[in-house]
Amino acid sequence: MKWISGLVLGLIVLAVLLAPVISPAGPDVSSLRHAFEGPAPGHPLGFDSAGRDILARLLYGGQNTLGGALIALLVALALGIPSGLLAGYYGGWFDAAAGWLVNLVMALPAMVVLLASRAILGSTVWVLMVVLGFLIAPSFHRLVRGIVAGVRGELYVDAARVSGLSDARIIWRHVLIVVRAPIIIQIALVAGIAIGLQAGLEFLGIGSGDTPTWGAMLNEAFKNMQRDPVLMLWPGLALGLTSGALVLLAAGLRDTLEDPGSRPRTVTPAVPTAVTPAVTPAAPTAGPGERAALLSVRDLAVAYPSGEVVHNVGLDVHAGEILGLVGESGSGKTQTAFSILGILPETGRVSRGSITVDGTEIVGLPEKRHRELRGTVVAYIPQEPMSNLDPAFTVGSQLVEPMRVKLRLGRAQAVRKALDLLSLVEIRDPRRVFDSYPHEISGGMAQRVLIAGAMSCEPKLLIADEPTTALDVRVQAEVLGLLRRLQRDNGLGVLLVTHNLGVVADLCDRVAVMREGRIVETGTARQVLHTPRDPYTRMLLDAVLPLEVT
Amino acid sequence: MTGFVVRRVAAGAALALVISMLSYTLLSIPHIDVARQLLGQGAAQELVDAKNAALGLDRPALVQYLDWLAAAVRGDFGTSWFTSENVLRAIANRLPVTLSLMAGVTLVTALLSLLLGLWAGVRRGRVDRFVQILAVTGYALPGFLVTLVMVWLFAVELGWFPAIGYIGLEESFTGWLSTVTLPILALSVGSVAGVAQQVRGSVIDVLRQDYVRTLRARGLPPRRIILRHVLRNAAAPALSVLGMQFVGLLGGAVLVEQIFGLPGIGSMTVGYTTRGDIPIIMALVMISVIGVIVINLLVDILIGWLNPKARLR
Repeated sequence: MKWISGLVLGLIVLAVLLAPVISPAGPDVSSLRHAFEGPAPGHPLGFDSAGRDILARLLYGGQNTLGGALIALLVALALGIPSGLLAGYYGGWFDAAAGWLVNLVMALPAMVVLLASRAILGSTVWVLMVVLGFLIAPSFHRLVRGIVAGVRGELYVDAARVSGLSDARIIWRHVLIVVRAPIIIQIALVAGIAIGLQAGLEFLGIGSGDTPTWGAMLNEAFKNMQRDPVLMLWPGLALGLTSGALVLLAAGLRDTLEDPGSRPRTVTPAVPTAVTPAVTPAAPTAGPGERAALLSVRDLAVAYPSGEVVHNVGLDVHAGEILGLVGESGSGKTQTAFSILGILPETGRVSRGSITVDGTEIVGLPEKRHRELRGTVVAYIPQEPMSNLDPAFTVGSQLVEPMRVKLRLGRAQAVRKALDLLSLVEIRDPRRVFDSYPHEISGGMAQRVLIAGAMSCEPKLLIADEPTTALDVRVQAEVLGLLRRLQRDNGLGVLLVTHNLGVVADLCDRVAVMREGRIVETGTARQVLHTPRDPYTRMLLDAVLPLEVT
Repeated sequence: MTGFVVRRVAAGAALALVISMLSYTLLSIPHIDVARQLLGQGAAQELVDAKNAALGLDRPALVQYLDWLAAAVRGDFGTSWFTSENVLRAIANRLPVTLSLMAGVTLVTALLSLLLGLWAGVRRGRVDRFVQILAVTGYALPGFLVTLVMVWLFAVELGWFPAIGYIGLEESFTGWLSTVTLPILALSVGSVAGVAQQVRGSVIDVLRQDYVRTLRARGLPPRRIILRHVLRNAAAPALSVLGMQFVGLLGGAVLVEQIFGLPGIGSMTVGYTTRGDIPIIMALVMISVIGVIVINLLVDILIGWLNPKARLR
């Protein structure tokens, strides 16, 4: 794409520069008896309304149109880049003043200002293009300033400064490199805009009378549209091709020059294609025959386009029991939890196995039926408290909404219940938190709110995904205590996903240990922590045991 | 929220004030001999001086500006030097045309780009590709070129709409509709392209957020999550793009009004700025700048309402 658009641009510029060679006729030679005539020998594109050669006007007009845009671009670059570099690198009063000026210029409608400046500066297109350069300079200033201000804090710039390099040298050697690619992209974009604006001005008849420009040609064509619409074709094509090629070039350059890693990353680490062992490991994976009534997973596999990430997982959670699902990050714990909830990312799916929740098989269950279970039968407590509350709604409305939808409560009733829930999760001032936005409460508070949300529709099973990892140690203990109390008081079953064996020792009745997408060991917390059978479990324990588990 | 609005209004007023000062200074510097232009080259010097005195041009520029400002604040923009029209009345006659054009474009842009952006962001696939292509095309082609092609196609070739002319809303609704539809559509192409692309991008962003997954885990229906939570969170960045595009839209309106022969502020700007008619030029610059400031203020307030965090700034 970018090669094609680059080639088109190159050809246009070349043709325009070689106008005298390509076109034997002059742009201003008119012979009225040829007016509106089609192609003739020596005049491949025919004649315009005044009998002038269209090809000649197109090529010479291109010199004026592209030249004008070039002036505007150069002025904008000369103003925008240095000021952006200085503002971004030094900050302070210069940055503040420049920022204010930039806002001011950006509030100016370019077309109106250009028309108004015509009154003072006269109808000289070149002068107006300098004004246009002023008007589009902010886009370069902002771009450069933003990037430089970001780079400035980077370690390598600090290192360069510590090693005694002068500011000028640092800017030249380290900072300019970073802004180069974005500037090139921006140049292509802004050039397209400048050409459009410039042609627009010419179309309005600004500029000295007979000078051929693409805009003026379009204006002439527009006046004769009823009689000969074909006149619009060539200048329109020239203008459209040029600015189109510039924008496509910018898009192409962006793909090449800027982070090729911006493609959506897969949520899970790539896993080597699993080769199923000839003999399926028997006992530890698929627990003993009896399946728990509340939650029972058998032979579960989760697959992404990149491969299978969970293999043959089996686990059971009984009512009134806390099962800890332990393993290092990337071991498939969260994928297992998400499959139970039916909230795997778009590209992931349960490829095999069976999951029963409260007696309902959910593998293959229509999404609508599965949704009915969420909230009311199985509920979710996420890991990061702050990012799991919608920033645009108050805590209260986020608690009330599911209860109104799922339990069909009236508004007043739901509000009352939400306030009760907030007290239940040991929040001292429920009314204040109810009316707060997520950014106004602390992380620990937010996690309590999320627990309240999980409890709101009276579920039987809680899936808690690292519920305390993001919290500081004191709050962790409080939240774990709260979870324990809620679980006991309501006889809940809990699947607690964690990598923290201390939490397991504190809270869990039974433990399942996961590694590389498989369950390697299941047992009571006491047995797994004290007499681990699997070498991996032993390794995990050795890493923390002297410190946390007693 | 009130404090936030007050701060924004104050900043906008300061901006308008500085721009008025700069514009007036720039307009006064080259000192085109307005009196001589009015009276003709052969006029006696005494007459020219008298005319200058009558227009107040013999006073220092600062005094002239303060005089203008004092009157402008009271809503008096003076009379045109060349046509003796009351500036405010001339503008008031033409403002409804431009305003209805802008309102139409904003409405069309908001509706179409929300629809397209949301659809592209949620469904991806073919719709997504369509919106992407539309966005590139909209950016790539100068607005007035698109307008010319539309005039040729819909007015000249197909004859669905009149090519030029304007019928006031108070005269006939259908007449008005037939004269503004094409201008509004022509102006909307570019803004729909830009805003739909932004809506698509922010919808995709929001859909990846943790809280959307948590909302799904709460068992809320997808339609509700998208229309209530995703839309609201995605709307703020889209709105700021819409606000930024408004400046460009004013420029587009100048061309579109000129092409369709609409008697609005845009065509007035083209017609009235050929000479150094300071009262008219000042009024036109100020009304466009105030338009931009007001729109951006509204956008900021709307974003503040949508996104409580933004109110802190």
